[in-house]
Amino acid sequence: MAETIALEVFRYRPEQEEEPTFQTYEVPLQKDWVVLDALNYIKDTLDGSLTFRWSCRMGVCGSCGMMVNGDPVLTCAAFLETYRPGPIRVEPLANFPVVRDLVIEMGGFISKLKRAKPWIIREEEKPLSEGEYVQSPEQLADFKQYSMCINCMLCYSACPVFGLEQDFSGPAVLALAQRYNLDSRDQGATERMNELSQDEGIWPCTLVGECSEVCPKQVDPAGAIQRYKLSSTQDWWKSLLMPWGAKSKVGDQG
Amino acid sequence: MADNPHYTKYHPKWYRHKVPIFWWVHKWTSIKFITREITSVFVAFYAVVLLFHVSAVAQGPEAYDSFLSCMKSPVSIGAHLLALLFASFHSYTWFSLAPKGLVVKMRGERVSGPVIAGAHYVAWLIVSIVVAWIVLSA
Repeated sequence: MAETIALEVFRYRPEQEEEPTFQTYEVPLQKDWVVLDALNYIKDTLDGSLTFRWSCRMGVCGSCGMMVNGDPVLTCAAFLETYRPGPIRVEPLANFPVVRDLVIEMGGFISKLKRAKPWIIREEEKPLSEGEYVQSPEQLADFKQYSMCINCMLCYSACPVFGLEQDFSGPAVLALAQRYNLDSRDQGATERMNELSQDEGIWPCTLVGECSEVCPKQVDPAGAIQRYKLSSTQDWWKSLLMPWGAKSKVGDQG
Repeated sequence: MADNPHYTKYHPKWYRHKVPIFWWVHKWTSIKFITREITSVFVAFYAVVLLFHVSAVAQGPEAYDSFLSCMKSPVSIGAHLLALLFASFHSYTWFSLAPKGLVVKMRGERVSGPVIAGAHYVAWLIVSIVVAWIVLSA
């Protein structure tokens, strides 16, 4: 008989129960299967009522993030073999409200994302006849790392500060804000700073650093936030010591 | 979702997991983080001692002598050793994290983390030597 592995899956059916429970399923331990394959196997053959999000199956869409044995991971990249002999405990992403089973509510994250204005802001668009906004490889390298974020929200699950303070903008939003602040074509750094230097913006971060540890795309949100804090502090001192001077561009200091 | 009344009307009951007060005891990285935060208390303690020191100096020789004798007590020496231990750990974590926030570029290349942390240690050493020299030569 083929080898199997047990999955203890978090179940929460709001119409049936007040508190979540765990349900155990035995799935074939296939060498090339990831946790997401096992969940799809359960849904297809064992229990069609199990609810979870997924889409691309290749670490690009950021939909299938869950807690596997207590760690936030993309389940499409978590091989069953790694967790041998099991059991494997699968839970919804920590620090978010759970809508059903493994599905979390992400409305709060989306509204925070909008506040960070993650798009290129220009004071004045130059006419098309003047051509494109040229960018050197060095200028691209300044922000490229931060542009790799796939909004999978693993960093929010790893962040104890977000767990305790749900209003905190959080790692991914701040890393994305920095991605645009550091873009040579962008002129919206001050606009973003006004929004994100508020109490629930960059300041709740106490640099635990776990967000960068769990990031599947090596974005390093912890680094982005510290750079943002440094810029904000420099800005504050400049406005105090040289109130007549114009505000500096946030990205200037790194 | 919350912004749409059609959805909120039949809103499911979201399950919210409460963060337990000892959330940090299960992981080594969290324990290290909380220890780092606690070290701030000892750094603050030493800052207060320093303020008392300055105040004693300002009050004259008698107050200063009484402050010094107070500092020589075993309890005070023990507290100082403990504060030194925690302050050293605090400095170590601070220097380890410095490369995260500090981006220095030389000839277009980003200076690596260990070099930035190393520069902090060198600066620490130099400042310590200067302070030791001032104190010991007085």
